[in-house]
Amino acid sequence: MIEATQVSWRYGANPVIDGVSVTARPGRVLGLIGPNGSGKTTLLRLLYGALRGGTGRVVVDGDDLAALPSRQAARRLAVVVQESGGETALTVAELVLLGRGPHLNTFQRTGAADHLIAAQCLARVGAAHLGSRPFAGLSGGERQRVLIARALAQQATHLLLDEPTNHLDIRYQHEILRLVRDLGTCAVVVLHDLNLAARYCDDLVLLGRGGVAAAGTTDEVLDPAVLEPVYGIGIQRLDLDGAIHLLYHPVHQPVPERSAA
Amino acid sequence: MGAATSTALPTGRPDLLGVAAQRRRTGSWLVTLTVALVLTVVVAVGSGSIGIPPTTVAKIIGHHLVGLPAEVTWTPPQEAIVWQVRLPRVLLGVLVGAGLAACGVALQAMVRNVLADPYLLGINSGASSGAAAAILFGAGAGFGQYALSSSAFLGALGASLLVFLIARSGGRVTSIRLLLSGVAVGYALYATTSFLIFASGSAEGARSVMFWLLGSLGLARWNVLLLIAAVVLCGMIGYLTVVGRRLDVLAIGDETAQTLGVSPDRFRLRLLVLVSLSVGVLVSAAGSIGFVGLVVPHLARRIVGAPHVRVVPVAALLGAILLVWADVLARVLLAPQEIPIGIITALLGAPFLLILIRRLHATGS
Repeated sequence: MIEATQVSWRYGANPVIDGVSVTARPGRVLGLIGPNGSGKTTLLRLLYGALRGGTGRVVVDGDDLAALPSRQAARRLAVVVQESGGETALTVAELVLLGRGPHLNTFQRTGAADHLIAAQCLARVGAAHLGSRPFAGLSGGERQRVLIARALAQQATHLLLDEPTNHLDIRYQHEILRLVRDLGTCAVVVLHDLNLAARYCDDLVLLGRGGVAAAGTTDEVLDPAVLEPVYGIGIQRLDLDGAIHLLYHPVHQPVPERSAA
Repeated sequence: MGAATSTALPTGRPDLLGVAAQRRRTGSWLVTLTVALVLTVVVAVGSGSIGIPPTTVAKIIGHHLVGLPAEVTWTPPQEAIVWQVRLPRVLLGVLVGAGLAACGVALQAMVRNVLADPYLLGINSGASSGAAAAILFGAGAGFGQYALSSSAFLGALGASLLVFLIARSGGRVTSIRLLLSGVAVGYALYATTSFLIFASGSAEGARSVMFWLLGSLGLARWNVLLLIAAVVLCGMIGYLTVVGRRLDVLAIGDETAQTLGVSPDRFRLRLLVLVSLSVGVLVSAAGSIGFVGLVVPHLARRIVGAPHVRVVPVAALLGAILLVWADVLARVLLAPQEIPIGIITALLGAPFLLILIRRLHATGS
């Protein structure tokens, strides 16, 4: 369980996240959604402790994240960031094995158990055949799956992903998110695509200007009346066979400057 | 994520990821290179203006180290040449080559740039300024026979401190700031050295400074400097090998390092201190010898792949072997005149660098 209370972060004088509280519950997938620049990634980075020194508090399984040594934090939070490390000369297997680092002491080498875990994690994301390939030579989708395999190899109690479906074909977008769902661990996912959020998230936090515009179950947040003012676009919601589908249409509002002129 | 263990697997293969095979390959490379290094030392000690057969060299060294063979079958001049003159020099070559290569590996990981080398941080420029001050103006005379080395070491330390202070911002040292401040300090100190040469007006002094700047193993003696170099460099290479996994993670990116339990800022700072100290010791013992720290890490990566736990020891061995041979060339090419070893390493290293650049261009990165 990750509980963030009144966290804030500013770049220079601009508050990106201002007094936001979110809770990621065990066994549930929490989606962070919102338009560009609403601070989804910043909030995620606050949740895994990459940004420190802002105000507020993040508690992971009862312990203050700021007080956890980084190796211990890495055993609780596995993160897939957008930084891909595309220039590394490591092979896929070597990269996935780095996920075992937080479980080994400085003098320990990876052992047979670690290799088994890494191989299983690669198989889970459908990348078992890539093991000996250089990571830098993979396609964007393959890379993303390998990075998720590395996060899985960490065997952390929480999985955090920053737009994991970027650069992926539709099929892999769904496969990756289904995988995250089926893990059954507490997951926090930054997502652009509201229809993916609708299908794979249990709870959603919708970020607007600096703060939370709405939070709750997916069904509650994906309400056109809530979404339309935040995204500035017309939204129609269809509930088909128990699944939510959103359709978009531009709203024809007069642009403010023009109406003034 | 315990569910992961239930997934069907390509079982039955004991070496699932090819790790065991890779370890065996690295192991045999380490053995091969160690044997090559020992042979290199013996042959290099025998080469020079007066040639001594390798068997005689091996006997003299064995006699001194372990008392075997007990019987003296060689002439006193041979013994003096091998034990007093050439062996310390060749051993310094081993240390400098291994040290430069290992520092190069660490720096390339730290600043995530394949063209980084140990002199990037301006440390050699600082050492050069210190050496120039010692040669031209007698700085560090209080250190007696160690005046030149101590003055160079203080210069190196001053330079790295300066780079560190400039690169630091809000308690963090980032890769790009480190790179830029290293380059800036390097240029400033290079100018300082030139100014010192110009201001002294001594042609003889200028020549010695120039010779020192291009690097030489000629100052090697059995003395405390060789001991210090051995301790610092072995410690540094050992440490870098042990923290190999952390270097792998740091080389990918700060964000990744953070999420895998490595604090990038603290680790980079520790590496910076260690590399500065090692390069300071190296340049004060042998001047600035270029290209070894830049080129050898790439050779090592081609041989055993990218993980640093393998790259560091292999690069150290390769660097040692290459530098000792470069020194042999420096001694015999224009014998009895000696060429500064930096000229040899640059002549050998530059073409390699060009190939590297072409390959980088071809892969579009």
